[in-house]
Amino acid sequence: MAKIIVVTSGKGGVGKTTTSASFAVGLANRGYKTAVIDFDIGLRNLDLIMGCERRVVYDFVNVIRGEANLNQALIRDKHAKELFILPASQTRDKDALTLEGVAKVLDELGNTFDYIVCDSPAGIERGAQLAMYFADYAVVVTNPEVSSVRDSDRMLGLLSSKTKRAEEGREPITEHLLLTRYSPKRVTNGDMLSINDVNEILAIPLLGVIPESQAVLRASNSGEPVILDQKSDAGQAYADTIARFLGEQLPHRFIEEKSHWLKRIFSLKEKETV
Amino acid sequence: MSIQTQLSKIVDYFKRPPKSAQVAKERLQIIIAHERTERDKPDYLSLLQQDLLDVITKYVAINREDIKIDLDRKDGCSILELNVTLPNFKESPSSLFKEIVTEE
Repeated sequence: MAKIIVVTSGKGGVGKTTTSASFAVGLANRGYKTAVIDFDIGLRNLDLIMGCERRVVYDFVNVIRGEANLNQALIRDKHAKELFILPASQTRDKDALTLEGVAKVLDELGNTFDYIVCDSPAGIERGAQLAMYFADYAVVVTNPEVSSVRDSDRMLGLLSSKTKRAEEGREPITEHLLLTRYSPKRVTNGDMLSINDVNEILAIPLLGVIPESQAVLRASNSGEPVILDQKSDAGQAYADTIARFLGEQLPHRFIEEKSHWLKRIFSLKEKETV
Repeated sequence: MSIQTQLSKIVDYFKRPPKSAQVAKERLQIIIAHERTERDKPDYLSLLQQDLLDVITKYVAINREDIKIDLDRKDGCSILELNVTLPNFKESPSSLFKEIVTEE
């Protein structure tokens, strides 16, 4: 049975889709057969981030309504061999997603896949609730900023009450915090919440810190998930995040301010004299 | 103006304002603590509030905002706190009570 991961945040624009894309590619490149599902019905975007927007024929809602079978709707990813994408529908019908429909699709995927990544829409409406309902793991994407932190806390409340695991009184969903758009320089200046600040408030284990990076926009421009850009800081940070998710112990990187080149030279000289 | 207040004004002028991240953290801690207690309330509280309002308005004209219900948890014990603000009476509450009785 596949493990189901929901990527959620409450607030929009914090990096859920960027994270879902990189998470899915990361897991697939490690040899796990992975499916990534876009739950943002009406505002499909995962296909653009994954670079498969022109190959969408059938979608999630088509499968739920029986207008297509799962194999027709799944798009084979061009970056990772073991990865498939199930795009969202562009319908404006708010009731297109049903609990039974989602259950059926996840069940069917569960037979053949190792991981299913659910890219949640923003907000707390039906799409967001269904994206988290069947989850075993939650990646709560948070920016070090007041509204994002508050919304993340709201989502933690929903994860512990409005999910299948909660309703059945089973072991709760494993929650992970992913801090994105982190700027060590602004933290040093006292103008951005630090890792410790956010950790203290949300009190869930920190899975990774993705630095604010030019590479993220470049990646979405070209439809190549940023984890594939292993020269970039964000790409490496996502690779570390996947490794930690799979149980490896790795220190967090890109969380200290890059020192000025003059400072670096001086510290180098100090080291030489020691 | 005393020298002391003048001095403290000068000190304030040179004191740096708190960093915005610190302000953000404190504001978040307060609002999230508040929202978490709201979140943990059982669903029946608002229904109970409505029922109590219905009962009380049979006797006294009050608004929904005049009833506050809170559930506190202390040492594994839940305390239901009910706070009803009654309007100012011209007559004493006891005479009001009599009135109701005579009405019946």
